[in-house]
Amino acid sequence: MDEKDLIDGLRRGDEDAFRTLVTTHLPRLRAVALRIVRDAHLAEDCVQEAFVRALRSLDRFRGESLLGTWLHRIVVNACLDELRRRPLTAGDADLAGPAFDGTGCRVEPPGPPMRSPEELVGTERERRQVHAAIDRLPEDYRTVLVLRDIEELSTREAAESLGISEGAVKVRLHRARGALKVLLEPLLGRSTP
Amino acid sequence: MTRRTTLARRVKGAMMRLVPGMLTCGQLEDFLYAYVEGELPRAARMRFDLHIALCRECHDYLARYRETVALSRRAFDDADAPVPGSVPDDLVEAIVRAARTEE
Repeated sequence: MDEKDLIDGLRRGDEDAFRTLVTTHLPRLRAVALRIVRDAHLAEDCVQEAFVRALRSLDRFRGESLLGTWLHRIVVNACLDELRRRPLTAGDADLAGPAFDGTGCRVEPPGPPMRSPEELVGTERERRQVHAAIDRLPEDYRTVLVLRDIEELSTREAAESLGISEGAVKVRLHRARGALKVLLEPLLGRSTP
Repeated sequence: MTRRTTLARRVKGAMMRLVPGMLTCGQLEDFLYAYVEGELPRAARMRFDLHIALCRECHDYLARYRETVALSRRAFDDADAPVPGSVPDDLVEAIVRAARTEE
């Protein structure tokens, strides 16, 4: 069933079409939800909510983007709504930010040569360390980092989803990356075996 | 920090502050996000590049900042890969039921 047939079926209320939509997109959307809410049961609740919302707002789907992109946006918003219902977690990352000394110069220790993105090996151990470091960020930093750097929403999309200005997204993302950099210092510039 | 290093940093700090067209490390920090995102206008980008060429600390900070962004992307970049048999039937049925209730 191609996407047009699928959308036609959904608009007719065809349950098979809806089942196809769910089985096709569920694994990816569940992974997206898990990255945002970090709890398997909550992630499934958010995905369920997202599919129901999608069905409810099918009339607003203009076909300007792919169904998958449209659903991705809906699941992100369902997850953010879920996060808003919970108190913000502070994380335990050091949020001191970049350091400058009395001469106005940056303080940054020398270290091993940096790796370009192509040189990053991405071992399972390294991935786990990065996941753990992201989890240590305060909730508002973690959320903006996941939306922009991992889910690849544009600044505008992230601002709309979070209900803040684009400027605030940029400032928050920059600080989140700075805090994550401190947490990842042991990994930076090294090749993990 | 040795006296020699402190002196070298003082000279560098003064040069960044006093030489026309130079950015201080603090000013560079303000532009760093826009630089990495490719949003900095050409003239500001040239001033940024000049500072990076002269300042080991900012050069290393920028490299580590970029590596941080790349590492976080890399840590999740195959999370979307479909896993065979990973669609749980009970979840599919729960979603279909929820949608039916909605109608």
